Amino acid sequence: MAYSCSAYELKCNECGKRFGNQPLSACDNCLAPLEVHYDLDQVRDTFTREKIAAGPANIWRYAALLPIPKGFEPDLPVGFTPLVKARTLGKRIGATNLYIKNDAVCFPTLSFKDRVVSVALANAQAFGFETVGCSSTGNLANSVAAQSARLGLKACILVPADLEAAKILNTQVYGARLVRIDGNYDHVNRLCTQVAEEYNWGFVNVNLRPYYAEGSKTVGYEIAEQLGWRLPDNVVCPMAGGSLIRKIRKAFNELIALGLVEDKPVRFFGAQATGCSPISTAVKNGVDFIEPQKPNTIARSLAIGNPADGPAAAKMIQTTGGWAEDVSDVEIVSGIQELAETEGIFTETAGGVTTAVTARLYADGRIGADETTVVCITGNGLKTTDALSGQYDVSRAVRPRLADFADYLTELDGPAVETIEEEPELVLAGATNGR
Amino acid sequence: MAVKVVLPTAFVRHTDGKKQFASSASNLPGLLADIDQSFPALGTQIKDEQGHLRRFINIYINDEDIRFLGGDSYAFQDGDEVMLIPSIAGGSL
Repeated sequence: MAYSCSAYELKCNECGKRFGNQPLSACDNCLAPLEVHYDLDQVRDTFTREKIAAGPANIWRYAALLPIPKGFEPDLPVGFTPLVKARTLGKRIGATNLYIKNDAVCFPTLSFKDRVVSVALANAQAFGFETVGCSSTGNLANSVAAQSARLGLKACILVPADLEAAKILNTQVYGARLVRIDGNYDHVNRLCTQVAEEYNWGFVNVNLRPYYAEGSKTVGYEIAEQLGWRLPDNVVCPMAGGSLIRKIRKAFNELIALGLVEDKPVRFFGAQATGCSPISTAVKNGVDFIEPQKPNTIARSLAIGNPADGPAAAKMIQTTGGWAEDVSDVEIVSGIQELAETEGIFTETAGGVTTAVTARLYADGRIGADETTVVCITGNGLKTTDALSGQYDVSRAVRPRLADFADYLTELDGPAVETIEEEPELVLAGATNGR
Repeated sequence: MAVKVVLPTAFVRHTDGKKQFASSASNLPGLLADIDQSFPALGTQIKDEQGHLRRFINIYINDEDIRFLGGDSYAFQDGDEVMLIPSIAGGSL
């Protein structure tokens, strides 16, 4: 269960041992995590601005720097989501150069997890797995279920029992086997490491994790390309396991090494919910170890109390001169509403976290008003509508007659504005005349 | 008093294929000393140059991360299941 490839292979970052390509996530010497290592010289001629521009409008335009086995023919148009300038939100929070990377509309399941899953499943097929799976807080479950259905792979997906109903339904509809585990994500994840050993299954975020994580780099490639092959000054990114934020930086570093963008410092800012903030706590304390927490937040997609990539993420953020913040559940809901009301983007709770943290970073002066800042929105609000329950009244039904409609508007807004302005003038005039 | 120690497959090459064994250690430092005695190669693999447990290993007591129970100071109870599980991560940059 391995394949050979000259362009990339697994390597231990701690002891340097190389492993070729196989479903393995930890070094058998020192137990450190493995990472896909590329021979950048081999792709220097294929990974150019021109060749990328001539590629398809999806993540496969960057295939030369993704661990895609020979013979895999990608056919799902994953990624290449909009990067939009956020003028109205920017005005509200004091930012003049603010962009939203909108993975709330990623294909096919409306979260950035579609990127990582497509790369992981390409490898699952190459390794010959017939069943794939994952431990998930929801978005990953949706994406594994959808993409494995299309590839004809069986899927077994483990989730915490208290997951949002929409995320459970959005997994089951694809025909995947969904197992609810009586515990939090960290319990689910621990069980999955044991299941992956006992059963010959490809778990995208366990034994396929090094390949899976590389898919996140495409967020970074896209940001740079969509900014006109420039790097931003700052990136604000939600953190659950702590992988995405690091992979965006890896993407930027590869682009610099290959000469596609100018070398410049980019600061990375991490966003968490206060109810599950092990990485932001580490950053605030200036350390790179994680004290695990028991999650208690509505941002369930970020509710990982013992994040696997937490230490590396905390260290990286501090190295770049960035910062990490966390916000309360009340602020998360306001963040969702603020992004929707200003930019017309409906994000899930994780995006509420990222939006609220971004506002705070500007308010606290950690990010300057004119700096180019990209905010990563990673999931869609339609999956976490529970978070907004009670926020909006269901209005009474109005009879289909113009007069009733006018009455209803008066009921909502009070009498029309002209009337309010005229009446005081008349009273004033009358009072003067009477003297 | 004894606890049951459960190992991941990655470690069994150091334990003659055994995936679990009993230990009479009374806490985590005691267990590490016990492992040094019984399975010296395993002891070497799970500890760094300073003799500390490597940071890529998580220890669970029954279903709970030992760090929630007091870490090294947690007193093993008779019948506890002690699991060593490598943390799954994407590496360091």
